[in-house]
Amino acid sequence: MAISEKLDAFFSEKMKEYPTSRSFLVPMLLYSQDEIGYVSDEVIAHLAKKTGLTELEVRNVISYYSMLRTKPAGRYNVQVCTNISCQLRGADELFAHCKKKLGIGHKQTTPDGMFSLEEVECIGACSWAPAVQVNYDFHENLTPQKMDAVLENCRKKAKQ
Amino acid sequence: MADQKEVKNVSITVDGKQVTAPAGTLLIEACKTVGIEVPSFCYYPGLSLQAACRMCLVRIEKMPKLQTACTVPITDGMVVTTESDEVRQARKSMIELLLGNHPLDCPVCDAGGECELQDMTFKYGAAESRYMEGKLHKDEQQWSPVVYFDRPRCILCYRCVRVCGEGMDVWALGVQNRGSGSVIAPNRDDHLECEECGMCIDICPVGALTSGAYRYKTRPWEMNHIGTICTHCGDGCKTTLGVRRSDTGTDIVRGDNRDKSGINGDFLCIKGRYAFDYFDHPARLKQPLLRKNGQLVPVSWEEAVDHAGKRLREIRDSKGGQAIGVIGSNRTTNEENYLLQKFARTVLGTNNIDHHRTADFAGLARAIAGKENATATMRDVFTAPAILLIGNDPTEQHPLLAWNIRTNVRLNQAKLYLANANPIKLRRQATRFVQLAPGREGKLVSFLNGDDAAAGSLTNATVSNDVLKQFRDELRSQQNLIIIFGSELQGTDIAALVKFGAGLKAKFICLGDYANSRGAADMGVYPDLLPGYNAVASAVKFSEEWGPLPSAKGLSLTEMAQAARQGQLAALYLVGSNPIADYDFDPAAFRNTFIVAQELFLTETATLAEVVLPAASAYEKSGTFTNTCGDLQLLKKAGDITGVKTDFEIIVRVAERMGADIRKLVPFGGATRADMGQSRGAQSGEADRHAVWLAANGMEPRMSPFDPMAILDEIQRLVPGYEGSRLNLLAGNEQHVTAAEHSAAGPGDGLVQIVPSNDTLFTSGTLGRYSNTLNSVIENHRANPVDQEVMAD
Ligand code: SF4
Ligand code: SF4
Ligand code: SF4
Ligand code: FES
Ligand code: FES
Repeated sequence: MAISEKLDAFFSEKMKEYPTSRSFLVPMLLYSQDEIGYVSDEVIAHLAKKTGLTELEVRNVISYYSMLRTKPAGRYNVQVCTNISCQLRGADELFAHCKKKLGIGHKQTTPDGMFSLEEVECIGACSWAPAVQVNYDFHENLTPQKMDAVLENCRKKAKQ
Repeated sequence: MADQKEVKNVSITVDGKQVTAPAGTLLIEACKTVGIEVPSFCYYPGLSLQAACRMCLVRIEKMPKLQTACTVPITDGMVVTTESDEVRQARKSMIELLLGNHPLDCPVCDAGGECELQDMTFKYGAAESRYMEGKLHKDEQQWSPVVYFDRPRCILCYRCVRVCGEGMDVWALGVQNRGSGSVIAPNRDDHLECEECGMCIDICPVGALTSGAYRYKTRPWEMNHIGTICTHCGDGCKTTLGVRRSDTGTDIVRGDNRDKSGINGDFLCIKGRYAFDYFDHPARLKQPLLRKNGQLVPVSWEEAVDHAGKRLREIRDSKGGQAIGVIGSNRTTNEENYLLQKFARTVLGTNNIDHHRTADFAGLARAIAGKENATATMRDVFTAPAILLIGNDPTEQHPLLAWNIRTNVRLNQAKLYLANANPIKLRRQATRFVQLAPGREGKLVSFLNGDDAAAGSLTNATVSNDVLKQFRDELRSQQNLIIIFGSELQGTDIAALVKFGAGLKAKFICLGDYANSRGAADMGVYPDLLPGYNAVASAVKFSEEWGPLPSAKGLSLTEMAQAARQGQLAALYLVGSNPIADYDFDPAAFRNTFIVAQELFLTETATLAEVVLPAASAYEKSGTFTNTCGDLQLLKKAGDITGVKTDFEIIVRVAERMGADIRKLVPFGGATRADMGQSRGAQSGEADRHAVWLAANGMEPRMSPFDPMAILDEIQRLVPGYEGSRLNLLAGNEQHVTAAEHSAAGPGDGLVQIVPSNDTLFTSGTLGRYSNTLNSVIENHRANPVDQEVMAD
């Protein structure tokens, strides 16, 4: 899958502001992922060409950052933090609950493509642990019950 | 370089020793100059800094923490401690961490015995681990026919990634993931598409990258290690062959670049590293063959040599030397080439001798005759401030040259001026690149010489008049330029190029294709030139020593084929050459020619022979090679195959059967009386010392007619430009020869007859066809075609 012409034009324009074209690689990867849901082989080839890097190098960068993915995720990507603060406040139970509820494991996607689940490191919301990030939204001070509501809400939104 | 400011020296103290080195020198390098070795894994001289392994930690006074010696440039007054309890403990901890996930399978690992991690563990002792977690395991992977990867052994020093990217400009290796999950990855998911040079394997400090040729075959201490010269392209890399006794002689088990003392420094390409494997190809000839009732059948050496000698003698005596032709080799030693032409001229009585010419060395000799310092060495290419390269594609045909150019550009900002009919890979290093229409290289030379009218045939969409002028202007402002050219330039074009270079103190390199192409030319394997490019017509020095010589120019290779077609070539003597394949001659033309072939394999030409004599390859003999630049180097016998003989010995034996006086052909015995010294008592070492002295002066007694050194003595006596230190040569160093500068070739006849081999990185004439490694790589590249050149910055 390829990115839109509009986004590509934006890249070309924006790239001029960077000292070297490769400096703009990570933002471009993120923008692309936001647009098409993941970083496809096509996008990798395209960005490699655009930055004058090898495809291998682009892949090296992607693999360094766990928030970049090369396979499509569900419509809602549920990222459960299990780092220390959240862990102390029940993140493990929360993660186990999500697994059971959604019937999938770490880095897996539900068959209907609605949810995917991920166990992540600290997302900077320790003060309100345990925390979960769904796409770009944060949900804090969670319990399994509150988590159910979050998931339900997603389902509702999807129907609209 | 001239325009750089003098760098000032700074003084530091290391472990109480005073060290003075230019400002900016890395601490680790400064330590080396006074013999202090700071351990390192990720640091590698000539590659970018990584500071990933922390093995090189040292204490520097007034700095809060231990510092990495590989990244700290020295500054005045620095006081450094490289050995102390604190430093030892720090290094030990680093090793403990490295070993935390290391499989410690040293007993089966290829690197065991020559592994840097093993050495360090022995030195700092951290083999006992306090780390209790399970180890991350991953199965061994095959990435290409030559490259294998064992992930668990990798210590993530990134040397491989850097040497492949920065060094080779291939960028086929990368790092995936991060932290302890990092893993070295090939450029195509699960396999490599690359130049298969094996540099990554060589540079790996542990056994994580291993080679298809050597994996699990033996242990380093079970081999002998022989430093000799690669037998493939004309660059003359030194390669160390690991050899081991076998049932049929001595096997070559691996090739690598162990001591890095050769002109190739760190480098070897796939051919030098792996393509020694033709030596024991099943098709290798191991017994002489004689044609009986139309069939080639195995016979004894005695019978074969006797038959060859007798028939040649008959033909010479009945039809004269002019009815006999001789074709020499690009891959036999200087001594063999010299002996062959001497045999042709003094025993067969003919000047009909030639070889497959892949570059116009004679043209270069004519152009630079009488000039001093007109040729560059391979090492010069590594340091020259500017290089002009016209034609050829060194990445494919002269991999070492390409490496030297690339590295020089990368490390010294050398300027590369490139003119080529194709957008060859080296354009990525070029300061200026001018793409020419094929065949216009000569026009470019005219243009460089000031002929502005020539520009008309050089301009195209990308090359304007201004581009050409700029190219020329910049070149004209260069001093100490090296000018390198391929077979595209010949004869008068070379002369014109030399004229252009005259004002610039330029030095030249002419690119010939095979391991001893230059040697064949220097040694007079030409119908019109004696050794040292001396015209046959005025060969006084040689006839004084050899007796009367045929003075008329002989037949060239193509003229010999012509003569055969017309029934005028009664006999053809071939040494390591395959003209049927190289020149596409019609085999039928040689129907009535008596052919003797000295060969490794039954080639297209050898199958036509009446007598086939199995020859030793250059890995199985001693002697010298001259690389394409004119660097003379010593070959050492490494492998050994029962049944074959060196070309040198074969020629001597055939000459003997022809009734020649062998003492005249090979000056051995007689003249020198050796004093072998005492073999007992207080002076018992004298014999050895004396032998060393004699060897160093080229004066040891030549006891055998098969001793190539006897001919080297004669070469050094009769070929100006080949004299020089014998000791240096014996010590394994190269010696730049200047036969071309000292030539007396007289005017040429304008016919140069160059047929480039068009070999690639993965082919090497006849030898390459019998290398399983090269064939499997070619096969692999066919199965996974490389769609585009790997591009990166
Ligand atoms: S074999 Fe050479 S080209 Fe291939 S990955 Fe290793 S270093 Fe790079
Ligand atoms: S494979 Fe070898 S050279 Fe490459 S990073 Fe690992 S240890 Fe270093
Ligand atoms: S560059 Fe030439 S001489 Fe060197 S290893 Fe390769 S083929 Fe042999
Ligand atoms: S530990 Fe979960 S947000 Fe920081
Ligand atoms: S050698 Fe200095 S950090 Fe690796």
